[in-house]
Amino acid sequence: MALKPPIAPSGEPRRAASGVPEEPLGPISSPRRIAWVRRRRALGRFWSEYRHNKMGIAGIGILLFFVGMALFATFVANPQSVDPSYVSGPVRHAPTLRFPLGTDNFGISVLSLIVAGSKISLLVGLTASVITMLIGAVVGIVAGYRGGAVDTLLMRITDFGLVLPWLALAIVLASIMGPSLTTIILVIGLTSWPGTARLVRAQVLSIRERPYIERSRALGAGDGHMIIHHVLPNAMPVILANAVLVVAIAILSETSLSFLGLGDPLTVSWGSIIENAFAGGATTLGAWWWIVAPGVCIVLVVMSFTFIGFALDEIINPRLRER
Amino acid sequence: MGTRTYVLKKAVQALLTLFAVVVFNFFLFRVLPSDPIDLLTRGAGLRLSPADKAELRHEYGLDKPVFPGQFVSYVEDTARLDLGTSIILDQGRKVRSLFAEYAIPTLILVGSSTVFSLILGVLMGIYGGWRRGRKFDMFSMGFSLVLYSMPEFWLGMLLILLFSTTLGWFPSSGRATLGVDYTGFHHFTDIINHLFLPALTLTLAYLGEYYLIMRSSLLDVLGEDYITTARAKGVREKWVLRRHAVRNALLPTITLIALSFGFVLGGAITVEFVFGYKGLGGLTYEALRSQDLPVLQGIFFIASAAVIFANLVSDLIYGHFDPRVRNA
Repeated sequence: MALKPPIAPSGEPRRAASGVPEEPLGPISSPRRIAWVRRRRALGRFWSEYRHNKMGIAGIGILLFFVGMALFATFVANPQSVDPSYVSGPVRHAPTLRFPLGTDNFGISVLSLIVAGSKISLLVGLTASVITMLIGAVVGIVAGYRGGAVDTLLMRITDFGLVLPWLALAIVLASIMGPSLTTIILVIGLTSWPGTARLVRAQVLSIRERPYIERSRALGAGDGHMIIHHVLPNAMPVILANAVLVVAIAILSETSLSFLGLGDPLTVSWGSIIENAFAGGATTLGAWWWIVAPGVCIVLVVMSFTFIGFALDEIINPRLRER
Repeated sequence: MGTRTYVLKKAVQALLTLFAVVVFNFFLFRVLPSDPIDLLTRGAGLRLSPADKAELRHEYGLDKPVFPGQFVSYVEDTARLDLGTSIILDQGRKVRSLFAEYAIPTLILVGSSTVFSLILGVLMGIYGGWRRGRKFDMFSMGFSLVLYSMPEFWLGMLLILLFSTTLGWFPSSGRATLGVDYTGFHHFTDIINHLFLPALTLTLAYLGEYYLIMRSSLLDVLGEDYITTARAKGVREKWVLRRHAVRNALLPTITLIALSFGFVLGGAITVEFVFGYKGLGGLTYEALRSQDLPVLQGIFFIASAAVIFANLVSDLIYGHFDPRVRNA
């Protein structure tokens, strides 16, 4: 089989977004290498588009800041700085030079709390969204690829999941499983997959009709090969763009659940800081620093993921770009 | 499909979904936990003798086989709207009568904020979408994204800090002033005074989402061929928007809003808690704290029923205005 470099409809060699013509693939050693080179180039094209997306870059910038904060919290920060038995700051004190974000009712620096909380908030957001993506992608791919009765059954379950009021369900699940970090992660994962499943299914339905699927089937490909080599790679952009938006929702959900006291009482997360502030009377005592800072962090991180998600969406669906 | 068949079909679907919720609820509370009695009594901090346990087991019908005995009686009870008895919060009181008391304040709060945010969000969305990329749109987009990224209870706490603690304009908690028996007009203004901040919180919390939904729906429609046709015919821009674009853009918005109703209820739980507002949301928090499982089970049931109902209504509205979907 003769392999030619990819040709754009006009007959010209396809150009990278930067305008530089792409090099031909060179001496062909193996199909795997070709796939690899193509993927790397696709990634390069993707990045050169992403780079020009202001929202996307802003999102990545904010996110990197908080990832740095979480890494700092994990490897550098002294865990005693948020332990009530080791701190000796003034209680519920407004911001000073020594405590730039003030202190809580144990005299713990709110800044230290926020740094410590960044780890848990990001961790919960990311793991919960991985669970969501796994369930959503598997259900969506199986339903879309199989069709027929399997599709009907899976979509009935998905629609059922969509109408369940998530927080009420989360509260019920958490009270049966008991409050812990695992509970929060599982609860978010189990309640937010239906939206993803619908999206992935819609994408798989359109992939299924493409000529290369038919060609591959004619060449004798089995379902497993088809899903792993053709359906999954093509559905991946949609799955990833959605995953980023799911992280945003997962972080917000973590905050609500921690605020209701469903998290591990011994770990600090942004939600639990707000919970403690509320329980400690920060609103009525006017201790604004204790409330404002963790909330601002939540808003920033959620917005950064939303921005990245919007940017990815725009690149994947060029039709959206007019907006 | 005729109107009657469509309505009937959708109603049957909604009932089936509701039945699925009942089955799910049964599974959650009776089958999943290893010992429902331990789960029930955990919150009360009771240590029971085996004889007491056996008695409770009999009282709750847990000595019957899970299927069909327990299941059938559970479904029958739910069908009669008997949601069980509160075991900790208000011992011995029927969950149904608890709900009857707490539902009205929640309906007022969620109802008024939904109406306000819908009207504002849709109007702003139409204007922003129509004047895409202009100053108003840019500002509202930013505003909506910030609101959307905000936990609603945190917004509520900020509003308390500003309007209640600092300015002292509105009370920070409760549904009415305690210990004072206002009557007539004073009673009414007192209630409104207490309602204002939680309602403002929820209105702002929903506003961002409704704006984004309406705006993007309008943009979808504005890209359609019939809009170009209308403009080519020389229809004035104002009429293109009113007669062609907005009408078609409103429909998908209705569906999306009905789907997001579950999140609306979630927001009501945390916001009612922050404002010490004694409605179903506040009750949920109390039941969660005291581990009053029959109440939680009932709350999950009626919250699901509310979302299913909202979806049914949106399906019927959609089917009325766009008869094509009846056959889809």
